[in-house]
Amino acid sequence: MNKSKTKIINVDYLARVEGEGSLYLKIKDDKVQDIKFKIFEPPRFFEAFLRERHFSEVPDITARICGICPVAYQMGAVHAIENALGASLDNNLRELRRLIYCGEWIESHVLHVYMLHAPDFLGYQDAIQLAKDHPEVVNEGLRLKKIGNEIVTLLGGREIHPINVKVGGFYKLPTKKDFNSLLENLKWARTAAHSMIKLTSTLTYPDFEQDYEFVALRHPDEYPFNEGRIVSNKGLDIDVADFEKHFEEEQVEHSTSLHCKLKERGKYKVGPLARYALNFDKFSSEVQKAAKDAGLKEECYNPFKSIIIRSVETLHAVNEAIRIIENYVEPKKPYIEINPKESVGYGCTEAPRGICYHRYNLDSNGLVTNANIVPPTSQNQKSIESDLRELIPLIINLSDEEITWKCEQAIRNYDPCISCSCHFLKVSIDRE
Amino acid sequence: MPLNKTSKPKLAVWKFASCDGCQLSLLDCEDALLAIADKIVIASFPEASREIIKGPYEISLVEGSITSAHDAERIHKIRRMSKTLITIGACATSGGIQALKNFKDVNDFINIVYAKPDYISSLKNSTPIAEHVKVDFELRGCPINKLALVEVCNAYLNRRKPNIPTHSVCIECKRRGNICVMVSKGIPCLGPVTHAGCDAICPAYNRGCYSCFGPSEDPNVKSLSNQFEEMGMSKDELIRIYRGINANAEEFKNESIFHEQK
Ligand code: SF4
Ligand code: SF4
Repeated sequence: MNKSKTKIINVDYLARVEGEGSLYLKIKDDKVQDIKFKIFEPPRFFEAFLRERHFSEVPDITARICGICPVAYQMGAVHAIENALGASLDNNLRELRRLIYCGEWIESHVLHVYMLHAPDFLGYQDAIQLAKDHPEVVNEGLRLKKIGNEIVTLLGGREIHPINVKVGGFYKLPTKKDFNSLLENLKWARTAAHSMIKLTSTLTYPDFEQDYEFVALRHPDEYPFNEGRIVSNKGLDIDVADFEKHFEEEQVEHSTSLHCKLKERGKYKVGPLARYALNFDKFSSEVQKAAKDAGLKEECYNPFKSIIIRSVETLHAVNEAIRIIENYVEPKKPYIEINPKESVGYGCTEAPRGICYHRYNLDSNGLVTNANIVPPTSQNQKSIESDLRELIPLIINLSDEEITWKCEQAIRNYDPCISCSCHFLKVSIDRE
Repeated sequence: MPLNKTSKPKLAVWKFASCDGCQLSLLDCEDALLAIADKIVIASFPEASREIIKGPYEISLVEGSITSAHDAERIHKIRRMSKTLITIGACATSGGIQALKNFKDVNDFINIVYAKPDYISSLKNSTPIAEHVKVDFELRGCPINKLALVEVCNAYLNRRKPNIPTHSVCIECKRRGNICVMVSKGIPCLGPVTHAGCDAICPAYNRGCYSCFGPSEDPNVKSLSNQFEEMGMSKDELIRIYRGINANAEEFKNESIFHEQK
């Protein structure tokens, strides 16, 4: 007799993601009946308490949205406010902004690749256990990550929640000499990033190509960090100021986080895969070659391979940091003076996990009257769920423990920085 | 014979409302972390590992503040499982930046952020861990200083008192050889009333301290406010300077309310 059987898999606490998420799966007769990727981060109301703060205080507040990518939240804020107040920075200051972002990309990507994601591919519970069998691999990762931290510390004053980022520039500038030992380390990092790409290219990947709408920034001259238009592989090409005309956030009952979607087409994907596919031509020939040697084409639709693309982007960030430091000319002043006026400004930057949008309305005294921040994780929610929906039928014959682990790995493909979804909803836990 | 790994002291890391930055400091300890990992078992650290080893735990590190009824219960369970409970960071120690909501009507806040406010459950206030359970040690900072974290863990593992100075950032400034930003540039600075631990970074970068480490021991907030007023700070500026990362810390809370009601 063939009795139908229902299976429920509940992962109450997703490990190795920053913040707190959980996953609920209902499987009946080997078919997925229900998937819920839940986030149970308590709401912290950033947009609400930005109101009535002076614009100069904003970057110190937004940094606290996420401890893994504080620079991203500072960059989004300062660019949006400078946009509102009509300030434009000279090239030397702009280069330093790119440099601090390089540091965060290196730090964040390397942390994710070595400490959070690689253990999945290699079958370890965590990087500490991985380190017992392969100390050289983990040590190389740690050293590389530290170099990212070193950049952020040098420019930002400390590695988490930097204190030196200011609307209009920086509080204090580094001297050329300050970069000496960092430059030496970065030269080592370049070799290490190449071996990171080689290492990740040898991991085993499931066949899992998805049809994504990729959304990323695109800049005429460079691989994007702080500026550009918002484009997609399905025809979107808009100014940052038009973000809210094309995207909307909706409240979804089962998740604690707002889901962002394209008004016309629904789900889309931001982050390394999207940036890579939309900006491959902006890499140097060295980086392009390294990507191709790792078996990548100019576009990659397999989310599991995001680990290789993070490694490729790490190499790019290391090279970019070297370029900026070698050409560094100390700006005349650490910042430009900015006067308040009634205004609205928009900013969008490429956080390690994808585009992060900011809008600020200011009054004539420079106080914030309204703020809106759309972090990458809320934009990827829909893609995460659809990846899971596609993945489960392929692995349905595995044991529960293996299904669980594979699903976790699929979520970790996004490096979801859950606490960065600065607005969250109440979770209704579904128990059957 | 190799030691059974569970016979080593167990360390657990817990998260409440926070940005994860303080836990990340633990991952940032890199070599120190791998070295500690030899002496202890990291029994529960979901941000870093899938593996969870059951309590009780020798040391629990708690990040984040209490903002929901569910969390207010969860912290009691954690306390029962932990021999030593150490809070890490401003969120856990004073309520953190999210305690800014304590000064407003929480429903207003929910309405600003959410289209359908009915789904939101949030307590009126964001509160520090010590308002709910006994805390053995409070490590300050937003984020904490990672070397201080290693020191505190080592101290508890070796049953000695942690060597964490409680004087002000001002003293650190003098040690570091910073020129005082208030005296030399007229920049308002909370250094005189802020707990040491960061090595006076902000003044070293030509800006005032905004007290991410919270109040020092016996801070003379009144006399600092007088000085701010003499420098020409407005009432609103005075309120805002105390309403930052540690807005809910007793001395800062009282001072900002005092100016608000003046
Ligand atoms: S104290 Fe600061 S760094 Fe630590 S968790 Fe809270 S917001 Fe993040
Ligand atoms: S000087 Fe003040 S605000 Fe700056 S890092 Fe130290 S405690 Fe935090």
